[in-house]
Amino acid sequence: MDQSITLDPELLLRLYRNMRRIRAFEETAWQMYAQQLMPGLAHLYIGEEAVAAGVCETLRPDDYLTSTHRGHGHVIAKGCPMRPMMAELLGRATGCCRGKGGSMHIASIEHGVIGANGIVGGGIPTAVGAALASKLQNSGRVTVCFFGDGASNNGTFHESLNMAALWKCPVVFVCENNLYGISVSQARHQAIRDIADRAAGYGMPGKVVDGNDAIAVYDAARKAVERARCKQGPTLLEMKTYRWGGHSVADPEHVYRDRDEVRDWKKRCPIVRLENHLRTHGILNDAKIAAIEEDVKKEIADAVQFAKASPFPDTSEAREDVFRMPPSEDRP
Amino acid sequence: MREITYAQALAEALDEEMARNPTVFVLGEDVGPYGGVYKATAGLYKKYGDLRVLDTPISESAIVGTALGAAIAGMRPIPEIMFSDLLALAMDQIANQVAKARYMSGGNVKVPLVIRTNIGARGSMAAQHSQSVHAWFLNVPGIKIVLPSSPYEAKGLLKTCIRDDDPVLFLEHKLLYPQSGPVPEHEYTIPLGQARIVREGADVTLIAFSLMVQKAEAAARRLAEDGIEAEVIDPRSLTPLDFETIARSVSKTGRAVVVDEGCLTGGITAEIAARISSECFNWLDAPVARVGALDAPVPFSPPLEKAMIPDEYRIVAATKSVL
Repeated sequence: MDQSITLDPELLLRLYRNMRRIRAFEETAWQMYAQQLMPGLAHLYIGEEAVAAGVCETLRPDDYLTSTHRGHGHVIAKGCPMRPMMAELLGRATGCCRGKGGSMHIASIEHGVIGANGIVGGGIPTAVGAALASKLQNSGRVTVCFFGDGASNNGTFHESLNMAALWKCPVVFVCENNLYGISVSQARHQAIRDIADRAAGYGMPGKVVDGNDAIAVYDAARKAVERARCKQGPTLLEMKTYRWGGHSVADPEHVYRDRDEVRDWKKRCPIVRLENHLRTHGILNDAKIAAIEEDVKKEIADAVQFAKASPFPDTSEAREDVFRMPPSEDRP
Repeated sequence: MREITYAQALAEALDEEMARNPTVFVLGEDVGPYGGVYKATAGLYKKYGDLRVLDTPISESAIVGTALGAAIAGMRPIPEIMFSDLLALAMDQIANQVAKARYMSGGNVKVPLVIRTNIGARGSMAAQHSQSVHAWFLNVPGIKIVLPSSPYEAKGLLKTCIRDDDPVLFLEHKLLYPQSGPVPEHEYTIPLGQARIVREGADVTLIAFSLMVQKAEAAARRLAEDGIEAEVIDPRSLTPLDFETIARSVSKTGRAVVVDEGCLTGGITAEIAARISSECFNWLDAPVARVGALDAPVPFSPPLEKAMIPDEYRIVAATKSVL
């Protein structure tokens, strides 16, 4: 790979820092959930941080992304501050969706985050639509569409890839293949090994990427985003990765995957991997790591404090925002 | 005043709004050179080209879903779904994505899109091309439901819906497309949420949508022969529903008959009848009557199809039952 990437200290430190921020945010979300401060479900991104950090590093602030039920990492990497995110997870009025979306529907349009999605595969057409708009507006914006291996079996995946390739929409499809759709392993939910192979069926390039290697992710995403921005059309990237926890924090994961498998994947931690690379090249040392850890700790503590101190929405809010232009007649 | 067809009125509305606002575009199956199966997009492809009049693959879910993404990203898409029966293929996109996007984001996104499609039984197209499915969406907060009943209504309401910042399900009617009616040449729009009093009368209120407005008018003429003056109301939209106009009429007549082409059970007549019963109870002199399609799929054979759908005779009979 190009040394301008593998040895660019600023770029690599940004990747590293963002991965640490995502990991720490997710560990804190877990605590919030355990302490019953976070209602609903928590689908954590721990183990997959290299994908969000690597892909989003290639994007402009005005680019769009659509996300999944496991979306916190994408939203952080795209630039949404942690205060409104944490407040949203806790259902507070100061949340980025005013407490109406929560973890599974977190969105921040001002940062280009069109939204996480509670429906597997539900957001794939939305991404193509945002990209179509960019094409019609000639805005040069690119949309990244995150989804998982499970979603690649949904009709929306096939309809959307066909349309995007047909119309050369500036979209990059990023499949986070973490090997399981809830409890069903990839080998038990599809007859292929590489989801990237499906790209050929729609007339777009597909590429398998080591999703635990932040530099490889960045490099592949950079090329695909560039291709989209140059009006060459979409790309399907398959990021092979693994979620360390269960599907959600309530998931009895050991029913369907054995502890050895989880342990093996933890040995391939994307953060440790990049950290080792950075140490080897003298970009990081113990003191610098400690400083980054301290920064991240402060940022998280500030977000938690902000969220906990924020009020819940007034119950009158429940009927707000159904429509932008409300009906003339309003029922109680 | 000049007369044009319902389909021409729709095409004019689309043309005027596309000319007025460069973010408006249409997409759907056969909407391009073909002009749409009911010709509502006739002429647009030639005038605006293939970037603003997009023929799509047969992928209803992605048609609606891409429209959603484009709307969030600043466009005003108008996806066409060839028959309302096919909305089922896009149900997740409509009910879980389009209708909820604004709410789930805490009001941070707007979703200005109009899903055009058609309802109604016509010409023995049978169970999968004849349904009137608007009741499916009445239970989905976040999407407006509009049912134009004439060429004049079609043009004025469609223009309003295209300018609206919320998603709209715009349900045209197959039997209305070829019908002609007066449509002014000058610019006009019709506000949403304001019912139209089609005919005034003091004895009973008939509430009907879409093609059923004509059936209710025909029933009213027959009732008039027997000295019964029926007031006919076309609410124009189910969401928002101008219940105030309905209530005002019922307070005067004391009797109401709700008519719709959808199946009776769990249909929109049930919702409107329930509201009249609870909110206008003190004025009512009789139970609210309902007229709807039989609770069966729309059959193929012409006499069976005819037996399914409400006509003026059933409306007259239902009205007399509450007099």
